[in-house]
Amino acid sequence: MVWTPAEAQQAHEHAEKSRAAAAKTGAPFKPKFFTAHEYATVNVLVDLIIPRDDRSGSATDAGVPPFMDFMMIDDPNRQTAMRGGLAYIDHECNARFEKTFVACADAQRRALLDDIAFTDDPPPGLSHAVAFFNSFRDLTASGFWTTKMGIADLQYTGNVFVDEWKGCPSAALNKLGVKYSS
Amino acid sequence: MQIIRRSESYDVCVVGSGAGGGMAAKVLTEAGARVVLLEAGGPWDSAKDSKMATWAYESPRRGAGTPTKPFGEFDGCVGGWDLPGEPFTNAPGTTFDWFRARALGGRTNHWGRISLRFGPDDFKRKSLDGLGDDWAISYDDLHPYFDKLDRLVGIFGSKEGLPNEPDGIFQPPPKPRCYELLIKEAADRLKITCIPSRMSILTRPLNGRPACHYCGQCGRGCATHSNFSSTSVLIPPALATGKLRIITNAMAREVTTGSDGLATGVSYVNTIDRREYQVRARIVVLAASACESARLLLNSKSARFPDGLANSSGTVGKYLTDTTGVSVSGFIPKLADSVPHNEDGIGGMHLYMPWWLDNKKLDFPRGYHIEIGGGRHAPTFGVMGGIQRLNGVGGYGKKLKDDYRRFYASTVNFSGRGEMIPNDNCYCEIDPRVVDAYGIPVLRFHFTFADHEIKQAKHMQETFREIIHEMGGTPTSAMPSREQLYGLANGGRIIHEVGCARMGADPKTSVVNGDCQAHDVKNLFVADGGPFVTNADKNVTWTILALSMRTSERIADKRKRGDL
Repeated sequence: MVWTPAEAQQAHEHAEKSRAAAAKTGAPFKPKFFTAHEYATVNVLVDLIIPRDDRSGSATDAGVPPFMDFMMIDDPNRQTAMRGGLAYIDHECNARFEKTFVACADAQRRALLDDIAFTDDPPPGLSHAVAFFNSFRDLTASGFWTTKMGIADLQYTGNVFVDEWKGCPSAALNKLGVKYSS
Repeated sequence: MQIIRRSESYDVCVVGSGAGGGMAAKVLTEAGARVVLLEAGGPWDSAKDSKMATWAYESPRRGAGTPTKPFGEFDGCVGGWDLPGEPFTNAPGTTFDWFRARALGGRTNHWGRISLRFGPDDFKRKSLDGLGDDWAISYDDLHPYFDKLDRLVGIFGSKEGLPNEPDGIFQPPPKPRCYELLIKEAADRLKITCIPSRMSILTRPLNGRPACHYCGQCGRGCATHSNFSSTSVLIPPALATGKLRIITNAMAREVTTGSDGLATGVSYVNTIDRREYQVRARIVVLAASACESARLLLNSKSARFPDGLANSSGTVGKYLTDTTGVSVSGFIPKLADSVPHNEDGIGGMHLYMPWWLDNKKLDFPRGYHIEIGGGRHAPTFGVMGGIQRLNGVGGYGKKLKDDYRRFYASTVNFSGRGEMIPNDNCYCEIDPRVVDAYGIPVLRFHFTFADHEIKQAKHMQETFREIIHEMGGTPTSAMPSREQLYGLANGGRIIHEVGCARMGADPKTSVVNGDCQAHDVKNLFVADGGPFVTNADKNVTWTILALSMRTSERIADKRKRGDL
């Protein structure tokens, strides 16, 4: 099952409408790939990865979970690793806390992430969870930083017509200690 | 179903509408010939179809790739390495990845616009180092066509007077971006030549086309025609003559021949209605891409040509090469916390590094150039993937979010593009069992790099790592091993495949002569990368264009003289 261009556009509009409706009424987005439990897990995970702060909103504010749901069907090669990775997180939480990840308390969730989100010195036996989390974090970043919110946060100012290319401004040159030769 | 024979007859049938085919259509129609142009893909018009200026968030997949847009959904080229219904096979032990474009204009809709002339040495390599072969023509034969090409298409660059890197007729180059200046400082200290790049992107208006507006999205196809593509620069003047007929969705399957052994036209499958059609023409010009043209010749078998057309030498499909490719990225702490500004610039690098060393002091022949990248790109799918390679840990939460902000645009990358020498283990042939969805037998590839290329790849790795260290940075990947061929990209991945119909004076060892005219069939010509005898460390398109211009003018002259 892969989107046709028309279906992809429909799905996009569906997600946008659901987000708008959810903002008004609290009616949730209905995922096409994720089960309800998986989707709840995704919602918690993405906001732990990219939380709201004083400069921009959180991953769920930016619509990352519907984006992930779309990508799972758009690229079916991603499905097994995603489904299995989320299940693995639950196995780990069940073993530690006798609860699924979503049912865990915030401190328990963070205890797990402290073990699997850092690649410099992960505890032994968690390589699968670390690999999943690396990939999940990348997809979260794609979903967040490509939104209007994310682009504004990064202060990306391009994608405009420029009459004359003048090179880089002096502040940028000075920061790097470089200059144009005359 | 019956073959549908089109009633009209043409002076020339050109197969393929990319660099070589677009140029042939332009030159030949302007010389008065009535031309039919067959394109396997659909129509494409960058003014209408380009996704230029589209933000990632306007699409649900945020710019991610799809099977027919492997470089991202906004890319200007419909095509890919794995096309639905169009398989190819690899002989045991071989990995060759064959990219095919399927749209009017072909790969010129998204190519890198890196427009480097092959130099004098590149045409006589065997005479210089004993490896491979010499071309049947010299740089001097192509020089006037390069000049005409520069004036027709437009190219920026700087006069440098470097050996074997001929200067062109250049528009002014754009100023470097600030991270490019930082790279140049490191290159200068390491005594690696680093100069303005040479790209067919207008920095001044030319021939009715406006100058670049610096949105950095050349690869999506330029809606203002400010860079080179066949559809922006070559097809429109050909159409304006009133002598060009374009047939899209036409998958050529055979060059037809008459009892006199001359080509009579081309048979093709319409990819929409799946029926077979034939067009008649007095002259046939193949420009379907090196391997696709070879496939067409090998599939054009008859009692008179049992091994395929123009193949009495048995060299059709032989001497296949691709550019060698190695890429290394580096995290440069100095680039962290960059000052927000628009550094989109042109779609690609403003500086590059041409080959700068003397092979006498090296353990491999020939050379490579270095393409550079980095900067504050528009965020699209994949943005800041692998953050753990930049901040060292990955992580999550507020600290991670700040790291993304700090490390945005803090990497640079170096891509080596080098010369591969043709060897006997690299060729394509017809797979005896497999056909595509149109019933056309497919290609089977044999491809093995020699020690020359592997040693060159090692040198690239070491050089790029040295530059990154010189910039105070750290490579984001470990040095690959000899078993990993030092990260050398699979054959076909750099999409500079040439050869398969090489030129030569001797009909026993080559397919075409110095005019790119088949030795065996005098009204058959090859105008893509097929005739290339070497695959220099310069991206091949500029030389394909100049060679096709020369071939097409030769055809026009021969017609005038009544030789064809």
